[in-house]
Amino acid sequence: MSDVYVLGVDMIKFGRFPDRTVPNIGAEAALMALDDAGLTIKDMQAMYCGNLGQANAMVGQRILQEIGQTGIPVVNCANACATGATAFREAWMSIKAGIYDVVLAVGVEQMGKGLLGGAGGGDGIPKEGLLGSGTMPCVFAEAGMEHSKDHGTTFEQFAKISVKNHHHSTMNPKAMYQIETPLDVVMNAEMISYPNTKLMCSVNVDGSAAAVLVSEKKAKELGMGRAVRVKASALASDPYTDRDLVMPDVNACTRLAAEQAYEMAGVGPEDINLVELHDCFATAEMLHYENLGLCKDGDAGKMIDEGHVELGGKVPVNVSGGLLSKGHPLGATGIANIYEVCTHLRGEAGERQVEGARLGMTHVIGLGTACGIHILEKV
Amino acid sequence: MSDKSLPAVNYLKIPDDGNPYLEGHKCGNCGAVFLGERSVCSKCFSRDNMSAIKLEETGVLHSFSVVYRSFPGIDVPYISAIVDLDGGGTVKGNLINIEPDPEKIDFGMKVKLTYQDALGRKDKEGNSYLSYFFEPA
Repeated sequence: MSDVYVLGVDMIKFGRFPDRTVPNIGAEAALMALDDAGLTIKDMQAMYCGNLGQANAMVGQRILQEIGQTGIPVVNCANACATGATAFREAWMSIKAGIYDVVLAVGVEQMGKGLLGGAGGGDGIPKEGLLGSGTMPCVFAEAGMEHSKDHGTTFEQFAKISVKNHHHSTMNPKAMYQIETPLDVVMNAEMISYPNTKLMCSVNVDGSAAAVLVSEKKAKELGMGRAVRVKASALASDPYTDRDLVMPDVNACTRLAAEQAYEMAGVGPEDINLVELHDCFATAEMLHYENLGLCKDGDAGKMIDEGHVELGGKVPVNVSGGLLSKGHPLGATGIANIYEVCTHLRGEAGERQVEGARLGMTHVIGLGTACGIHILEKV
Repeated sequence: MSDKSLPAVNYLKIPDDGNPYLEGHKCGNCGAVFLGERSVCSKCFSRDNMSAIKLEETGVLHSFSVVYRSFPGIDVPYISAIVDLDGGGTVKGNLINIEPDPEKIDFGMKVKLTYQDALGRKDKEGNSYLSYFFEPA
């Protein structure tokens, strides 16, 4: 089977674009990725499009209606917050399978503001606030509190993650915010769902990201100069665990995908130079240090306390600013984090460059549950 | 409109004679306990081996959050709790009759089920509902 390479990849600066359409926002990133690859829509043999909010509305085709209707197959996919990673993985699989040599993956979302989630709809009466809370800040707070229970993790340690990611975003011009956010500001922000304050919740933004994936044959033909090798692609659903159907288990799903990704890549966590992981809430990032094997179980608090996950640390995490400050347009996130890692592997990340980065990991998790992990390698 | 309260969820049973209770479905093969009816076990995949059981009234607090921001019209703060029931089954619900202060809530604390009106919520036909809550045991 051919190795698969990212030849072009880009994202738009995340923001709020209420006057634009979803396909229009997606088209912008698609064109940017094509330009980055030095190719045109005429070169694409298939398109994989990730979007959640209009999952039944043919977003991929509508993007092509804006940038070039060549008649290629288009697959639209939705997989909660793993939507973008799933679209990218479908593109990767099509090349792995030997069907195509050049394909386009796009992730796009237009979000609106406010709380996501909510406990049980259906018949009868609303359940939110009656049978606990199904809002995302609460669900991830409960997951974080499980870590507090087992390891004594504190509100302050969770809050430090948000300080770190906001700091990183000051060096990323494509992030929604570039604002230093000190610990007291994070901890004194409006409490949404303990221990997640407003500044420990990801920012709802509009955004898009896209990648051009090619076979090894095509990469050699077009020039490997800025190509990035996809060393592993893993996607897991939630394996059975005792509480999963009541309290979604983001840990087991991530561990399953991580194990598969490391095995496929033939590397271990100690080989990874940077990670873009799913910090939908500050509490979530803490869990994933351990889930991805970046430290031993119980040592996640130390990872943030001792600076190992900051830019310049042992394994910088979310140097883009993460979902907490770069923003989280659900369907775009999984490709935006691939853009970030590729940018470092290409040595083009400017002020926030992770020096000497050769291997990077991306991770997203969508509740329900889907976990997508990619390991990318400098060529 | 029903002259009696309806159950807020399908796994809350209100017998004509007797007290309300939560119903689980237990796999006869591996012992996994689920809320709501099903015919296949998602843990061990065995089929047609499920039987309804009455869940215990007591359990321990596994995890929680204090919710300060919810949707419009929902009173805050309140405690969203995950409880492991004695005898199997995990249930999520509001923890009441304790101050919603994270400092005052202990992981592993013993709690028990209590059945009360569903915070005055009614459906479009005006029916009242019975729900379940947790309180310190």
